[in-house]
Amino acid sequence: MANLKIGGMILRSLFKKPATQMYPVIPKEWKERTRGRIEIDIDDCIFCGICARKCPTDAITVNRTAKTWTIERMGCVQCSCCVDVCPKSCLNNVAGYTSPDVVKIVDTFTKAEETPQVEEALKSDAVSVPEATGAE
Amino acid sequence: MAKRTIIPFGPQHPVLPEPIHLDLVLEDETVVEAIPQIGYIHRGLEKLVEKNEWPEMVYIIERVCGICSFGHGWGYCKSVEGNLGVEVPPRAEYLRTIWHELGRIHSHLLWLGLLADGFGFESLFMHTWRLRETILDIFEETTGGRIIFSVCKVGGLRKDVSNETLDKIVVRLRGLEKELKELTEVFLDDVSVKNRLVGVGALTKEEATSLGAVGPVARGSGVSNDVRQDGHGAYGELDFEPCLEEGGDCYARCKVRIRELFQSIGLIAQAVSKIPDGEIAVEIKGTHPAGEFVGRMEQPRGEAYYYSKGSGQKFLERIRVRTPTNANIPALVKTLAGSDLADVPMLVLTIDPCISCTER
Ligand code: SF4
Ligand code: SF4
Repeated sequence: MANLKIGGMILRSLFKKPATQMYPVIPKEWKERTRGRIEIDIDDCIFCGICARKCPTDAITVNRTAKTWTIERMGCVQCSCCVDVCPKSCLNNVAGYTSPDVVKIVDTFTKAEETPQVEEALKSDAVSVPEATGAE
Repeated sequence: MAKRTIIPFGPQHPVLPEPIHLDLVLEDETVVEAIPQIGYIHRGLEKLVEKNEWPEMVYIIERVCGICSFGHGWGYCKSVEGNLGVEVPPRAEYLRTIWHELGRIHSHLLWLGLLADGFGFESLFMHTWRLRETILDIFEETTGGRIIFSVCKVGGLRKDVSNETLDKIVVRLRGLEKELKELTEVFLDDVSVKNRLVGVGALTKEEATSLGAVGPVARGSGVSNDVRQDGHGAYGELDFEPCLEEGGDCYARCKVRIRELFQSIGLIAQAVSKIPDGEIAVEIKGTHPAGEFVGRMEQPRGEAYYYSKGSGQKFLERIRVRTPTNANIPALVKTLAGSDLADVPMLVLTIDPCISCTER
């Protein structure tokens, strides 16, 4: 009898729309709570480095002198631990994953109003600063 | 004595999602001895306790396994909470129970799919995994992750789920139950499926007990060892009996898991109807675990235990996780001896091996 059961199931699914989605033609619908990627509101960041210390995978690097906040996208496991510990609530775990790549993506964010100082620092060769903002 | 041949099985084999190696000593087509070897994916998670403070360690421990992730997180929290002497609010205990049971449904459906794939019944495999997607969607809606949830923390939970959402989940599960009934009848009644499972790899009750088998492997041989009966979480207030079967063969193990699918849906419905309102976490400030504690959990694959030892510092001194596959390997080796070479994939599959958990 079970042969009939699976037969019925297969026949029915022949006439139903596919259970899978034609990704990426049809983009994935994110749920409200989906933990996709970490976003930072860099203007609020005080570069205290707590997020970097608490991150279980050491995906975050904070440079207080250069005022940069760096995240290794492939190292981050979306646990939201950094979001919970940030004293300024400037981190957010938002829906939507970072796009796949063949290299390990590192995103660096620099606090904007501090840029002149950073440039000065660069001139005096005191610190080396990675590319400001955006994917490398 | 017939000529003996050794056939290597794994670490790469179509039925193995993860690497384990078995040296199968054969006489003609019969396996006379199986020598297991693990160690291909050791990740050293227990060592990481030295550089992660105990509140953050939970995010690492839940990554012991991608299938019973919630249970691992809960087990660790239970162990540390015991160490600290913390009482978790009842709503959190109920929600933990609901998520843990959802995890069991997800795990058993995954396993049924792999089993169908193992004996070459591809459409059955696809349909099983189609149904599993319902559970993954519920997980994503309630926790934010499909596989790894990061909602459990020491002292309670990080996220609450509203009572309306919980009611809707039960409605969806009732819908799923109907489809599951139809699907699991194929596993239990189909002649070609039965040919591969009935009478294969029988393990007697005495053998299961003496080899320390756990979970559905032991329950398939009639050993009642369901840790949920100790009443942790909300289990003490829910009404259930462990699913026991007598056969001890692959079919019995399959049947136990199928019955547990429906049992889990029933448990979730019960928990949702009884869940109290209130807090979902207690705040723990200024204390660190100092002492030893062992927490036990019934994972989909069987009993797992979590040992933690603290010395009043923010880093724990030692943690230890014993996972169910580890305990089931002796039973596997026993059932393999004397089996047909063609049945080896079925035998390996029916202990539901999770090698990453075993090696941590
Ligand atoms: S914890 Fe918050 S404020 Fe501190 S460095 Fe990280 S993002 Fe900036
Ligand atoms: S989400 Fe977790 S892994 Fe990712 S950066 Fe934050 S703490 Fe690190």
